Amino acid sequence: MLKTFKLGGIHPEEIKLSSDQPIDVLPVPKKVFIPVSQNLGAPSKVLVKKGDIVKAGQLIAKGEAFISSNLHSSVSGTVMKVDKVIDTSGYKREAIVIDVDGDEWDNTIDRSEQIKRDCPLSAKEIIEKLKEMGIVGLGGATFPSHVKLMVPDGKKADLLIINGVECEPYLTSDHRVMMEKGEEIMIGTTILMKGLGVKKAIIGIENNKKDAITYLTDLADKFEGTKVQTLKVKYPQGGEKQLIKALTNREVPSGKLPIEVGCVVNNVGTALAVYEAVQKNKPLFERVVTVTGKSVNKPANFLVRVGTPISELIDQAGGLPQDTGKIISGGPMMGKALVSLDTPVVKGTSGILLMTDRESKRVVVQTCIRCGKCITVCPMGLEPYLLSNLIQHEELEDAEKEGIMDCMECGSCQYTCPSGRPLLDYIRVGKNRVGQMIRNRGKK
Amino acid sequence: MIFAVISLSAIGIVSAIILFFVAQKFKVIEDPKIDSVEGVLPGANCGGCGYPGCRNFAEEIVKAGNMDGFYCPVGGNDVMSKVAGILGLEADMAEPQVAVVRCNGTRTNAPKKVEYDGAATCFFAHNLYSGESGCPYGCLGLDDCVVACNFDAIYMDEETGLPVVIEDKCVACGACVEACPRDIIELRNVGKKSKRIYVCCINEEKGGVARKNCSVACIGCGKCVKVCPFDAITLENNLAYIDFEKCKLCRKCVPVCPTDAIHEINFPLRKVKEDSSEKEVDKVVV
Amino acid sequence: MILPTISGSPHVHGEQSIQKIMFGVVIALVPAFFVSIYFFGFDALKLVVVSIAACLLFEYLIQKYLIKGVVTINDGSAVVTGLLLAFNVPSNLPVWIMIVGAFVAIGIAKMSYGGIGKNIFNPALVGRVFLLLSFPVQMTSWPVAKPLFAEKLTDAITGPTPLGILKEGLDEGRTISELTSELPTYVTELLGQHGGSLGEVSAIALLLGAFYLFYRRIISWHIPATYLGTVVVFSGILWLINPGIYINPLFHLVTGGMMLGVFFMATDMVSSPMSAKGMLVFGFGAGLITMLIRVWGAYPEGVSFAILIMNAFTPLINKGFKPKRFGEILKT
Repeated sequence: MLKTFKLGGIHPEEIKLSSDQPIDVLPVPKKVFIPVSQNLGAPSKVLVKKGDIVKAGQLIAKGEAFISSNLHSSVSGTVMKVDKVIDTSGYKREAIVIDVDGDEWDNTIDRSEQIKRDCPLSAKEIIEKLKEMGIVGLGGATFPSHVKLMVPDGKKADLLIINGVECEPYLTSDHRVMMEKGEEIMIGTTILMKGLGVKKAIIGIENNKKDAITYLTDLADKFEGTKVQTLKVKYPQGGEKQLIKALTNREVPSGKLPIEVGCVVNNVGTALAVYEAVQKNKPLFERVVTVTGKSVNKPANFLVRVGTPISELIDQAGGLPQDTGKIISGGPMMGKALVSLDTPVVKGTSGILLMTDRESKRVVVQTCIRCGKCITVCPMGLEPYLLSNLIQHEELEDAEKEGIMDCMECGSCQYTCPSGRPLLDYIRVGKNRVGQMIRNRGKK
Repeated sequence: MIFAVISLSAIGIVSAIILFFVAQKFKVIEDPKIDSVEGVLPGANCGGCGYPGCRNFAEEIVKAGNMDGFYCPVGGNDVMSKVAGILGLEADMAEPQVAVVRCNGTRTNAPKKVEYDGAATCFFAHNLYSGESGCPYGCLGLDDCVVACNFDAIYMDEETGLPVVIEDKCVACGACVEACPRDIIELRNVGKKSKRIYVCCINEEKGGVARKNCSVACIGCGKCVKVCPFDAITLENNLAYIDFEKCKLCRKCVPVCPTDAIHEINFPLRKVKEDSSEKEVDKVVV
Repeated sequence: MILPTISGSPHVHGEQSIQKIMFGVVIALVPAFFVSIYFFGFDALKLVVVSIAACLLFEYLIQKYLIKGVVTINDGSAVVTGLLLAFNVPSNLPVWIMIVGAFVAIGIAKMSYGGIGKNIFNPALVGRVFLLLSFPVQMTSWPVAKPLFAEKLTDAITGPTPLGILKEGLDEGRTISELTSELPTYVTELLGQHGGSLGEVSAIALLLGAFYLFYRRIISWHIPATYLGTVVVFSGILWLINPGIYINPLFHLVTGGMMLGVFFMATDMVSSPMSAKGMLVFGFGAGLITMLIRVWGAYPEGVSFAILIMNAFTPLINKGFKPKRFGEILKT
């Protein structure tokens, strides 16, 4: 019996179309748009101005707040302007526009293919390095990695978890990274272990990626303290709290961070970025992005520079299909629908999913028949039907008591609802409103 | 039989005595003024005054003993002078107000670029993306203001996709202003003979950017500012704003606006022929 | 050019829908329907058709002309109600009574609460209980089941249900062993060749349908398991105390409306609790009340009343028995 988390969960159709497509390097685009706010927390402060010549890997915006990260140019060329550009949020936000000229990298970056295993740095130096190189979590939440490694006073970490679950349907970028950069991931893992001061690391992978499990299990033998754990396929196992529960049976208390139970979770892509940053001195300015969808000509995995408009990726994958009805950044369960094809790839973009017109329309909303299926599938043990009703009637206090802030927006409830009700839409409204209410309470 | 009568009567008498003492002990001494103030309030419990309900408003105003900061927008000056009479105070006369929708991004003025499919709440859509037309300031047309209104004074025009305020019913309680996530609705003075002039746009983007999404956006050109003889118009963040306290309703700003973003309400039709059709549309909108 | 759609995640939807659930229930009831035709012939077919048609018609008329809202007869819930209502009456019921029952079920028990999803009580059961109380004679004269191709019997022959035989016999002061000869054997009870409402007679056919519901994941195990478990334990204890006047648990399981009620009506999504814990409580309560009525109550059968009584408790159960929240145990 394979390990998994107990409470709730669903099993949507996997449809991993591009899992056998090797990572392709996408040609450098003519122009990149690098949004200034790419991480969870405060946006970075722009350091360049119009007319500046930059190289790939050069610092162009600095993270000044505690939860904030540095931003580096992904190309070489001239800064054209700092302007408002539409990004994943659906709004125009500040971004640095760079006109590409050649592909010159900062000369401190080690571009050789050779794998460097030993890391002489101390834990403190590793954290400093990650901060300098602008590493953020690549699983989607883009939480600055150096902050994650700084264990708060009074807490103690004893286990590092590397998330190779990729429970979202369609997406394969993590899978391909594991297959092609296995050794780098393992070294990155040991570096993270050192930075965190733990002796043990578990890499959790779902059973639908058997090749990656075999490959990494063999590799893990060569690295002390690391272990690969096969997990049953179940959504949302990639959620931090669910993954910790599945691997260690520890339950992160409501409203607390994983460090409360001594765990720190990082994505496999982050482990690779950590390796490159620490061993190769390479800042985070490119990442692997899956381009997929049922009517996409050539579903593929690309290594893409941050700031590349997604239209470039779609062109390389065989062009925009005629019947595209929805463009999604991320997977179908938690991804964001995009307004425009000019949206640039950011550090948190794990995939571009093109849905056909037929798939993209929601089913007709009917009355709740109180079947309770949303309760059965909620991985946080909440009652989505009740929360959405409370929010529709503006009962914010009650919604808070019912644990609305525990919701991690995995979408299992709305996926399952036979009446096709927009449960998560209302719960999101509620989280926003209740959050506001709690903050106001703090002020008083 | 007799025993039953006696015992029941005894229970009744004992209970009455207990009730009497309990009532004495827990008697709440309340200012009778509260009841009389509540009596003259409209009783809509709309919250427009900033208090949870009419009773609460009455309690607070009696407790405060003055009229500062207390105003019932529903009852208006009539009710407030009655309240002042009860409290033996002088009432401040406030100008009556009405809610004004400051967006004219109709389906033709601001055509759809994407299609929204989800819960019908502006609040959610506002957090999700910039809007079907691409204007990040424009009306999302998903009914939050209509739901918020307790007086049926606002409805959604199916043709334009914009909310319409029914002037006669609007009591200026401000519920819709609160509900709108984009602050499109504003309370403005009703004005002389209900005549009003206002900028029907709140887009702060640069002119060209705003125009791309909506043909009637304020582009911040400043022509209206120059033409205004009373300094009632200010230009900030590429957006003109008409101060309704200063505006003398001269209408000079209306024809100079290159995008027809300034609307005039309840004025007689102008004699100039060319713009009569559009101005009629404007009337319908408000 | 197709305009891109914008909506919040998730962007995919599972395959369940109200229609699929409702027609799943209808499919699950098909074996029992065939059995009823086999034993009760044309009468059964007539009542089922009349009941479904009447339910659909009342729902349509009320939604179209009284509520003036969306007409939802396509979702299949009225079909399920009609089918279950017809399964709960004797096969010789006059057609007009059947229509009255359909009106009570749809008009009063369902639409007056606001239609599907809003009703507190199971509509089919409300219809049945209304008929039982209003037309006790017609509702308790059970035609004897006779196989379709067996030799002709006169139509007028009626007989009591096994539970009826038991109740009457015990009330007359006879013991179980004296009554055994009058009761049908377990084999005939499983197959359904005995008196009873037209859909409830064959335990085997209903079990077959129940397996289908489990397979399609339309119902969960919680309510049936606790319901049947409570019945077995309760009757088992009594049986062990005095087998002379209390009959064994197996008899209780296969007779009356037990199978139909447990798998098809207690599990009705709308009127049963939503969380797993709540369902366990619901099943326990319904099992307990059923046995209390069967053993000591005035009626020989208590499944309908038990489920309706527990339906009334459902909102309270939903409030009181919340699912266990993730990360809650550690929060002191």
